[in-house]
Amino acid sequence: MREIDSSIITETIADLCVRANTRLSPEQEQAVIRASAEEISPTGRAVLSDIRENLETAVRKGLPICQDTGMTVVFLEVGQDVHIDGEPLEDAVNEGVGQGYKKGWLRKSVVSDPLDRINTGDNTPAVIHTRIVPGDRIRITVMPKGFGSENTSALKMLKPSDGEQGVEDFVVEAVLKGAPNACAPVVVGVGIGGTFEKAAMLSKEALRTAAGVRHRKTRYADLEKRILDRIKDSGIGPMGLGGIETVLDVHIREYPTHIAGLPAAVNICCYADRIAEKTI
Amino acid sequence: MEERKRITLPLTKETIGGLHAGDRLLLNGKMYVARDAAHQRFHEALEQGKTLPFDPDGAVIYYMGPAPAPPGEIIGSAGPTTSHRMDAYTPELLDLGLAGMIGKGARTAPVLDSIVRNKAVYMAAVGGAGALLQDRITSVRTVCYEDLGAEALREIEVEDFPVTVVVDSAGNDLYKTEPAKFAGAWKKLRGDEE
Repeated sequence: MREIDSSIITETIADLCVRANTRLSPEQEQAVIRASAEEISPTGRAVLSDIRENLETAVRKGLPICQDTGMTVVFLEVGQDVHIDGEPLEDAVNEGVGQGYKKGWLRKSVVSDPLDRINTGDNTPAVIHTRIVPGDRIRITVMPKGFGSENTSALKMLKPSDGEQGVEDFVVEAVLKGAPNACAPVVVGVGIGGTFEKAAMLSKEALRTAAGVRHRKTRYADLEKRILDRIKDSGIGPMGLGGIETVLDVHIREYPTHIAGLPAAVNICCYADRIAEKTI
Repeated sequence: MEERKRITLPLTKETIGGLHAGDRLLLNGKMYVARDAAHQRFHEALEQGKTLPFDPDGAVIYYMGPAPAPPGEIIGSAGPTTSHRMDAYTPELLDLGLAGMIGKGARTAPVLDSIVRNKAVYMAAVGGAGALLQDRITSVRTVCYEDLGAEALREIEVEDFPVTVVVDSAGNDLYKTEPAKFAGAWKKLRGDEE
């Protein structure tokens, strides 16, 4: 049994909130650079050039990449041989989010009630997904999720007879509808299988995959590639202003499902697929 | 990079008449900043027969809710938000003289019709370029609705603020015309490679 004080979780979360919002992962930045080199539309190239300049400005001035610093999604993979001392785990996480959004001068975009809509003032609560895993460490991943892209996400309970083609068509249609408002070039997370909520969760988890990494199963890797090509064929382009760089990458995660169902979810993220993680 | 036209705000009808969809502009001067909640309050004020808290004549509204200003800065990251959420409130503002809007994403038909009828213009700033756009803002003043925080009505002054004309006063709409030009282009390119 390893003891971890909750204050370490709070500090780590606070730092990860700031890091995720101010710089992209090297893989994600490379994906943006590749897109800007390969775009054929002049307007699209100009947009991507502004996006690259923005990434440099954010680092130089210590500012968030985007003013929508998101609702904070936190993934916790907690080793089953860990004991957490101090605060309740979720309180420790939320305290970290509050501290990070304050010290990083990040925008507070969370309202306390979806209908009353009063800003909570510190971007809490986070959306926390906890899994118990083997080991004596905690892997913490912070994903600030902007709502320009979150609003364009979709889920459909397909029929088994819809098959692989049905999933492909559903995902492509959702992305083509959403891409201009989702700050294309987008990153697409796809969840296939499980139940209603499991499919949504898989699509969110898929956005954690590093740019350029293909699914380890050939069938799904090929499906990722077909979806990517069809979205690029659309001509929607960066910010919906025309071109081929509508999407940076497509990542699929699948799970066993019921004999009667084929749930499919698509979670869309803007070019700034912001992720920071640390294992403590 | 093609040339960008320098434009001074507020916009006159003459200036707007000379702008065409696809023009890349550098805006200089004053504009208002308002998004969802401020627009709802504009609408409520008009419904109650009150006047707007700003003079819409010739004005430009930027759909944006900034991040807080860090020490030494006058504002935080300041990129555009999705425009169509403001569509329900936009035609009545255009009818009162609003000349231009800056945001991101396509607009719905009632807004497009109102843009043509009122000879206005819709411009897009690059979404997710909050740090770059922040760098072009030289002054910030909160006009009202301070309780709305990031959504308060602000007046900002900008220097060489980069935007693209996406819907001009004749109704040309880049969100409709441009993707069509590049549809199938990638298929052809990868076909050539295979």
